Amino acid sequence: MLALDDVQFELQAGEVHVLLGENGAGKSTLVKILSGAHARSAGEILLEGVTVDLNTPRQAQALGISIIYQELNLIPQLSAAANIFLGREPQKMAGILHHYKMIQDAQAILDQLRTGVDAQSRVQDLSVGQQQMVEVAKALSLHARILIMDEPTSALTEQEIKELFTLIRRLKTQGVAIIYISHRLEELYEIGDRVTILRDGKYIATHRLTEIDKSKLIRLMVDRDLGDHFPKVRVQTGEEALRVERVSRRPVLEDISFSLHRGEVVGLAGLLGSGRTELARVLFGADRADEGSIYIHGEKVKLKNPADAIHKQVAYLSEDRKSQGLVLNLPVLDNICLSSLDRFSRLGWVSLKQEAEAATDYIDKLRIRTPHLRQQVRYLSGGNQQKVVISKWLCSQARILIFDEPTRGIDVGAKVEIYQLINQLAADGAAILMISSDLQEILGMSDRILVMCRGRIAAAFSAAEATQENILQFALGENQRAHA
Amino acid sequence: MRMHSLWQQHGRQLGTLIGLLGLSAVLWILTPHFMTISNWLNITQQTAINAIIAVGMTFVIISAGIDLSVGSILALSGVVMAGALKADVPLSLALLFGLAAGFFCGCMNGVLISRGKLPPFIATLGMMSVARGVVLIITDGRPISGFAPSFRVFANAEFLAIPIPVWIMALVYLIAHLVLTRTKLGRYTYAMGGNEEATVLSGVHVRFHKTMIYGISGLLSGLAAVLLTARLNSAQPIAGMMYELDAIAATVIGGTSLLGGEGRIAGTLIGALIMGVLRNGLNLLGVSSFVQQTVIGAVIIVAVLLDMAMKKRRI
Repeated sequence: MLALDDVQFELQAGEVHVLLGENGAGKSTLVKILSGAHARSAGEILLEGVTVDLNTPRQAQALGISIIYQELNLIPQLSAAANIFLGREPQKMAGILHHYKMIQDAQAILDQLRTGVDAQSRVQDLSVGQQQMVEVAKALSLHARILIMDEPTSALTEQEIKELFTLIRRLKTQGVAIIYISHRLEELYEIGDRVTILRDGKYIATHRLTEIDKSKLIRLMVDRDLGDHFPKVRVQTGEEALRVERVSRRPVLEDISFSLHRGEVVGLAGLLGSGRTELARVLFGADRADEGSIYIHGEKVKLKNPADAIHKQVAYLSEDRKSQGLVLNLPVLDNICLSSLDRFSRLGWVSLKQEAEAATDYIDKLRIRTPHLRQQVRYLSGGNQQKVVISKWLCSQARILIFDEPTRGIDVGAKVEIYQLINQLAADGAAILMISSDLQEILGMSDRILVMCRGRIAAAFSAAEATQENILQFALGENQRAHA
Repeated sequence: MRMHSLWQQHGRQLGTLIGLLGLSAVLWILTPHFMTISNWLNITQQTAINAIIAVGMTFVIISAGIDLSVGSILALSGVVMAGALKADVPLSLALLFGLAAGFFCGCMNGVLISRGKLPPFIATLGMMSVARGVVLIITDGRPISGFAPSFRVFANAEFLAIPIPVWIMALVYLIAHLVLTRTKLGRYTYAMGGNEEATVLSGVHVRFHKTMIYGISGLLSGLAAVLLTARLNSAQPIAGMMYELDAIAATVIGGTSLLGGEGRIAGTLIGALIMGVLRNGLNLLGVSSFVQQTVIGAVIIVAVLLDMAMKKRRI
């Protein structure tokens, strides 16, 4: 599979060119190729009409391409000046720093940008906005002609965003070209000149932002052939299994309320960082809520840790199965039974026979391909590993299952098997909350859909009302609407 | 197929066993006295103390921790027990006090690590110093000696011609093997060492079980103190110095990974025996203790290098 397929992209000096697409559309891959962090398998890159090699970040830097990542790459304990000149410190002679010159040069750049940052202050004492200014100064000190900014405003206050935009406009007048990645559409219209849309790793279109409206942008981002098959089976919804009332865990979750019924699959959509996983962790007792209440089967519960949640028949299939779902060096058997040893043991003594019977049962039912029960799970394929995690939760007799990106990194065949399993669970009366970044999966599998944006539930749709466009619109925070 | 899976599951222990047998064969050729029953009883008796401490160390290391305080806890348990005996406390009660002292110190380690979130290295390093200091305070640096004959059965008595310490060691290994392979605690020990986060998210009470693991390590140090105190007929305030290193060595030679999540109790027994056989053989050959030190260090390094090479080949 190609992460990026036949993409064209053109950038002019002095423009802000926005790169737009869903999670996984290929923005980061493109940016990594341009900054020399990833190799391209085909195609060429021309800089001022000349074909260039971009194989290492150092080469890219030498050509005047700098990137500012969402998580800033500064050393907090060092001064702004030391960060700006890291690895290229002015020297009096070999090995002896020319401290004074470094500070002077750094201050000159910072002043030129009118940042108001003192070159001698330590980075950890600066605000996030100021730290970003230091990153920009660092890029300019490298004589950057192309500046890539990945979600630069995600951690900034209104005021800081204003200052950043002023800075960007000043850079434009100096002929610096900027590739700007952001999910905040309103921002794009304020700062961007042109926009290129990527979808599933492919080039879709480039437009002047003055010539395209938001709804058209969103349509371009999501529109794709609905070829995939989702074997959704609808079942009669039963009584309420889970109710969440006004749960907050600031700053990641704010005033979350919804309910989940037996036999129901509720899709939870939203961008990365919108609070979906944080919500799942609160429901599973892995994190605490500051406020609000959780009811399981009508009973108000306090979940102090995952053990409490599991006791209440809640399961959480985490998005990162290798670091959070499995003990890789333990056998399939041990992983399947890890959450339910209480059931197989008396006075701490485990019945290996019962345990093996249960595990064999799940291996058969879920068609887990493993040579034997004692195979370490690290040697299983991604799809089979995921089935082991699901078996673990079925074995724990969970009735409320939270699936966080259940099909990530899994091949198509195994995906369909997992969808069928979700159907089966719902048909058996389990309640399922499915978090996914794959909108087709959400639309294909859910009875109802909740959309999160910046820690809140921005919208709730029935399966009939939901479309990729309206989900994305709310996920991007383009609309506010009272949830049902 | 059967042979194949036998090797897959126990290959590491079989490798160590072959090492032990090879070493014994060489020593047999070099010094005929080595392969006598009396010498083997001697070896096992001398190995018992390190071997018992190494059982606790194996639990701790499988859980991805380390326990540097075993030697100091041994000294503390010994002194508590000896003090009790001297105060005419009944033997069974004095033993209980000694073991309880060890268990308590171990649990303190466990609480510091699981609740205080201290790295095991630091927590047990601190305990190593604290426990040793307490011993020196209680005894004022003087050994406590001379016990009733009833206590000395732990050193001298035999049952079916085999010394009591060897019986105790065998019993400890049997129980430890069963605990590791057949109980929840054992299973969680591997799980915590393999992936603590996933284990917490599987609903395991990791803090409790971790505390128990260090408690067991302390308890076994206390048991080793019984044997050592009886053998020396004296509780020495400086007893058990550097014992942590021998226990770690036996565990690691036995195939337990310092990264956690892997290891078997049988391997540790073989590891402890290799160290005991080596010491004994070198003594019989009249090799100076300075040279012995060097040889044992080299053996540890070679054993682990071989282990890593074997693992690489298997993957």
